[in-house]
Parts: sequence; C-alpha cells; structure tokens
Amino acid sequence: MTRDPIGLALSLMNRVAGQAWLDRLGLRPVVEKTAYQGTRAGFRTLALAGREFRRVNEWLPKQRLPAKAPADLFNLTLDEDQQMIVDSLHRFARDTLRPAAAAADEAATIPAGLFAAAAELGLTLYAVPEAFGGVAETASPVTSVLIAEQLAWGDMGLASALLAPFSVAQAITRWGSGEQQSRYLPAFCEESPPLATIAIDEPTPLFDPLKPATSATVTGSGYCLNGFKSGVVLGAESDLILVAAELHGRPRLFLVETAGTDGIRVKPDPAMGLRAAKLARLEFKDLRLPADALLGGDDFDYQAMLDLGTLLRCGLAIGSAQAVLDYVIPYCNEREAFGEPISHRQSVAFMISDLAIETDSMRLLTWRAAARAETGQSFHREACLAHLLCSEKAVAAGSHGVQLLGGHGFVREHPVERWYRDLRSVATLYGGVHA
Amino acid sequence: MYLEIPRKFGAIVHQAQQVARSVFRPISRKYDLAEHAYPQELDMFAAIMDGMNDGAADGGAGAGKLARSGGKPSEGNVNGTNMKTVLGLTELCWGDVGLALSIPRQGLGNSAIAAVASEAQLARLGNTWAAMAITEPGAGSDSAAIRTTATLDGDHYVINGEKIYVTAGERANAVVVWATLDRSKGRAAIKSFVVEKGTPGMAVVRLEKKLGIRASDTAAIRFDNCRVPKENLLGDPEISVDKGFAGAMQTFDNTRPVVAGMAIGLARAALEKTRELLAPVGLEPDYQLQTWQQPAVIRELQLLEAELEAARLLTLRAAWMADNGQPNSKEASMAKAKAGRVGNAITLRCVELCGSLGYGETELLEKWARDSKILDIFEGTQQIQLLIIARRLLGKSSSELK
Repeated sequence: MTRDPIGLALSLMNRVAGQAWLDRLGLRPVVEKTAYQGTRAGFRTLALAGREFRRVNEWLPKQRLPAKAPADLFNLTLDEDQQMIVDSLHRFARDTLRPAAAAADEAATIPAGLFAAAAELGLTLYAVPEAFGGVAETASPVTSVLIAEQLAWGDMGLASALLAPFSVAQAITRWGSGEQQSRYLPAFCEESPPLATIAIDEPTPLFDPLKPATSATVTGSGYCLNGFKSGVVLGAESDLILVAAELHGRPRLFLVETAGTDGIRVKPDPAMGLRAAKLARLEFKDLRLPADALLGGDDFDYQAMLDLGTLLRCGLAIGSAQAVLDYVIPYCNEREAFGEPISHRQSVAFMISDLAIETDSMRLLTWRAAARAETGQSFHREACLAHLLCSEKAVAAGSHGVQLLGGHGFVREHPVERWYRDLRSVATLYGGVHA
Repeated sequence: MYLEIPRKFGAIVHQAQQVARSVFRPISRKYDLAEHAYPQELDMFAAIMDGMNDGAADGGAGAGKLARSGGKPSEGNVNGTNMKTVLGLTELCWGDVGLALSIPRQGLGNSAIAAVASEAQLARLGNTWAAMAITEPGAGSDSAAIRTTATLDGDHYVINGEKIYVTAGERANAVVVWATLDRSKGRAAIKSFVVEKGTPGMAVVRLEKKLGIRASDTAAIRFDNCRVPKENLLGDPEISVDKGFAGAMQTFDNTRPVVAGMAIGLARAALEKTRELLAPVGLEPDYQLQTWQQPAVIRELQLLEAELEAARLLTLRAAWMADNGQPNSKEASMAKAKAGRVGNAITLRCVELCGSLGYGETELLEKWARDSKILDIFEGTQQIQLLIIARRLLGKSSSELK
C-alpha cells in the first residue's frame, strides 16, 4: 500500500501534546478587539506588503495526480493512513481549534500562530505533487473531505480559513499549467506557506456560481478584470486569490497576486457566521493581469472545479453537524426537567435520532461523491445531490442544536449558537474550497 | 473507501430487475384490484429463485439466507448475503412490493429461522415457506406485551392466542409464532415457535382488506390448544434474562435493511415514472449546485433523489455491517427510519407532481403511494426506529427512555 503522504506529515504532530501547542504557537485566545468594523467601513486599497511569487524561467511540465483504481467491493473502512489523519486532526480540532473558537468568533480574527500550526501539520504539502516539493502521489478527495470534517468539528470558521490556502494549492495542482505550478506550488511547501483563497461569490441574490458577473476582457498584454466578490475567506489577507470571472461568455478562474497591485479594493464583509475566516468583499476595477494569469488550459473544467469545492464544503457541513450531535447528547442526558433528564422524553430523544440519521446521510452522500471523484468516475450528479442534501440538513442540524438546549442554546456560553450561524453558510457560499 | 455496488452483484440485480419488469409489473394492477386472489404467476418464479439460491456458490440470497447475527467479525472486507438480499429485494419492489412479499419461501419467518434456529432446526425447517406472527390485537409495536401463551405439555407446546397482520399467513406453509412461556417473566419468556400449516388448533380467521400491498395476503390467525412438537421452539428454550427477548429481536437487525431496501426500490420506481411523464413537457432532470433558479419541480426531484440516495447508502451500510459481523442494530434502524419515511414522502409527492395522472389508476403512481405506507410501519414503525436509535445514542434503557 502506498503511504498517504499527509499521514507522514501528520505523524509529526503526534510528538506534540495538544496543550503545549496552544501556548507555543500563541493559540490561546489572543483577542484583538481591533479593526473589524464591518460594513460601515468603506473599501480600501488592498496593499499587502505580501509575498511575491517569482516567475521561473525553466518550469517543469504540468503534473496531474493520477486517479486511484476503483475497488472491487463496497467498503466503508478508512485505510490506515486515513484513520491516522482522522485521529490526529480530531485531536488537533479538540485541543486547539475548539478552545480557540469562541474568542476567534468574537474577535472575528484568526489566532496568531494558527497558520503556523497548519503548516506544521503539512496540510498544503498534501495538495502538492512531489515534483514541486509536496508529498501528494494521487488525487485524494476522500481524504480532503475527511480533513474538512475533522477541522470543522473543531470550528467551521477556523477550518474555512485553514482550508482556503489548501484549496488553492489543490486547484493549481488540479488545473494549473506547468508554468503556473512551477511558480506557485513550491511556495505552498515552504515553512510558512502563503495565504491564499478562492473568490467566487458575488453580492447578488440567487447567485449562481456558473454565472459570475465579474468579467475579464482581453487586452494587448493579458486581461482586464472588473467586478465584485463577496464572502471571500481571508479576502484581505491573501497573497494569491483565484478569482472567478467570465471570459468570452464562459466562467474561468484567474490567478490574482495581491502584492503591489492596484486595481483591487477590499473591505470587511462580516457575516452571520464563519467570522474567524475573516470574510471580505473585493472590488476589481480595471485590474490588469498578465496573459498567464488565466488558470489552466484545455483541460480546465469550471463545473468540475465547483463540484470539487462542493465536496469540501459538504465535509465542513458534516463536521459541524457532528459537533452539534456530540454536544447535545451529554447535554440532554445531564439537563433535568420535571425530575428526570430531558433525554427521557421522546420529543427530545427523537430530535437527536433525526440529527444522527441526517448527519450520516450527509456523510455517506458526500463520501460516495468523493470516492467517485477519487477513482476518476463521473461525480457531478453525486456532488449536486450531496450539496443539496447538506444544504437542507446542515441548517436543520444547527437549528435542532439550539432548540435542544433551549435558552442555553441561544446564549454564547454554549457553542451551538455559533454552529447555528456557521451551518447556514453551507447553502450560501461557493468560494474558498477545493477538494 | 468505496461506495459503489460491486460488479459481482450485477447479475443478481439484473435478474431481479428482469423479474420485476417482466413478471411483476404486468400483473401489478391486476392483483391490486383482485385483493386476496393468489398470484399463481409467482410459483414458477419461486422455483427459479430456489434454483438460483441452491446453485449459488456464495450462499445465495433471500430471506432464508440472511446472515445469522452475533457471528465473529469476518476477515477482510465482505460484500455478502445481506447486501445481496437488499439489492435483490430493492429491484423486486421496484416491480411490486405486494408481489415481492408473496414470493414463496421468502417470508419474514424464513429470516427468523435463519437468525435463531439451531443447525438441526435449520436443516428441518430451512426450506419451508414461513410467515411471521408477532402482532396481536392488543400488542403492536410493544412486542413484549404479547399475550399468546405456549405451555409445555409432554413433548409438545400448547399454543393459545390470536395473531394479526401475518404477512403471507394464509399462503405460507408455516408460521413462526411469538408466544410467552410465562407472562409473569416478561420479555425474557417470549419465544418463537414454528407452527406448520394444517396443525390442528391453528385457523386463519380473516384476511385483511388494506390500503396497499393488496397482492400480499395479511391474515388473522387463531390458536386454540394448538400442539406443536417441542423441537419447534426456535433457539434456546430456557428463560434467560440475558438472551431471551434479545435473541428474538436480533432477527430485525437483518430484516430491517431489507425492508428499507424495499422502500428504496418502490420510491425509485415512482421517481423514474414521474421523470418519464415529465419529459415530454420538456422538464428533464438537470443537476445543479444552485437549485433556486430551476423550475420548482426540477429542484424537488433533485432533492427527492438526494433523500433517496441517502436512504440507499444508509441501507447498504447496515447490510455491509451485517455481512462483516459488526453489530448494526442502530444502523439498521437508521436505514429503516430514513428509507421508510422518504419512501413514503417520495411516492406521495410523485402523485402530486403528476396531478390527476398521478392520482388516477391508469398509472401505478397512486398504488405506489398506498403501498409505501406499510414500509414505514411493519418491521418496526418510524417511531420505534427512532426510539431504538435514541436509546443507543443516549445510552438509555427501555425503562428510562420509554
């Protein structure tokens, strides 16, 4: 059996006790009650003293990770490496993300050191082929979904922030040209990888990710980008943004480096939930892009790109719904009313049964779609079914969670009101993810 | 991880689909209208199915072949009899649920025998067609409250009481009857007995007229000093608090995924027919991530399909766990609860989407909407499944979470 590369990276983690991490990486709630003033703040020019990506003169031919061979039998067992990843990330989520989540939500910021922790986990390494410094040998959307589940069990907002650069690396590996891969992918394997994100959503009701209003026109030297993006995870922090825009009547992705550019303006776009992911609104005004900013070539498939994003989105939904389930069980067993635990009442107990049924429904639909993607089979139908089911059931899970705790569910002393807010995002956002 | 149906089951799925399409569908309406008439067309088919099972190198499929619970965990990954039976019944019920329930030698009693019989009993009774008699006029979901008694008298048990809702109760060659050895000892004293047809003292007193599955006979059976050989008690005759009732209930862990599969086949039939009727109007399925700009009916079909797919995968999981010797009581109930409710909801919605065409008898949609209701009731109602799941999740006994 080939060893799943992330397993190797994650094994590092076993040497570090979770609690120690909190202090060493500065993950204890460093609550910066600072600038997140929300929609009242106007757009400002995005001028990061950010990372510059060096053009390489001699690039490698493009690499595509091969699909795995389909199995002979139905099998729900995780392989050894997947199990290890799940176990390691569950500990990380429990010991690191969960304790930091409330303060991160409150301050709408990411604890200092969290990205360093993610780098140490080697998250992005696993999205990058060996030739560019990563450790990925095959495409593995299933493992990506498992990762999203575990991180989101800790906190969906923090998970979204951690998974945005991971997703960009995945997308460049999956779709980029040799030149683009040579320019960007090695950076994701450095000790402190760049921050990056995927900007798809736009501030319009019933937004269809297949039809971005943001447009790209051809210029003498490349492209010119105009439009708005909203709900962009790490939108003001990212060194590299993949931007969905229409080109010649078709949606495409553009690689936008933020260092030293003018033509991008940004303002915070705080939302109902996912506050730790620092959602931002971006405005592109006559942004000049070089000719090689267009992601991918002939094999680029925008729908498949969205479908792969959906798998990760569903993984986030499953993890958060599982968190709700795992929280309400002990709560309802301990909370007494009328002289006995409220879990002795069918009206309460049946809601918990339904939560479990629908969480597993979400999980199995998503796993199947991911397993089909991983083995090179068609998965558009399965991804759409998973997305619709997760959209419906995720929001119900959040609602059930708050309801089961009653008034306690409505106050911030318990995390379920945050999960309620986060879970609403599943049906709402399309950007920031790629399995 | 891989969640596709293995290729090796392609043949049985194909065969079952042929039977559903060529044997069941053409006579589906006929026996819905002619309630209580015996569908003779099934005799020949049953013989074919027996032949398939006897010849199968991997243990075959069907009610009498379901894995016996409590086995040792298997070595490696197994896709076996439980999954195969679920897949087969799913296809057959795509054809007709009532007829599928009337296939000789595929009764629930056969599953009970397979689950708890000793080797000797299996050899003697394994090839009979056995119905299952649990429910009584005063005891439905509360199986532990049954009043039918079995009293040891020499080499025989003497059975007295009344059973209702016995599927295939008139047509089967035997009935597996649940009765108590001692009402004062509660559920531990409940045992199951095989009573062969023609045993003096057993009489079918009534056939029910029903909402759906009219092709299947549902009998009320009376036992008046009905004497059965004591070897016909399935499993252990001792009244043991540890094993007694649980042993009898084990049957359900294997049969619930099968009933879930039945609901899935039926619901799939309704969805497919609805799509077929919608196509000429220009409404074809179109899978989208953003579904709110689609026609309402297309979004609804995508959602129903997602719900059905969830039920299907939960069911495959439960069957897969049984095949691999993993305890699956909670997962079997999750599958049954989900499939029962979405099967019912889907068939009812499909009638609505097709309007008077769906509601009328020209199509089978209205029949499927009637048939589907029983699948959320027998083998444990929706509410019983939720209760079982909740007790497992919350770690509660039946006296705590009632």
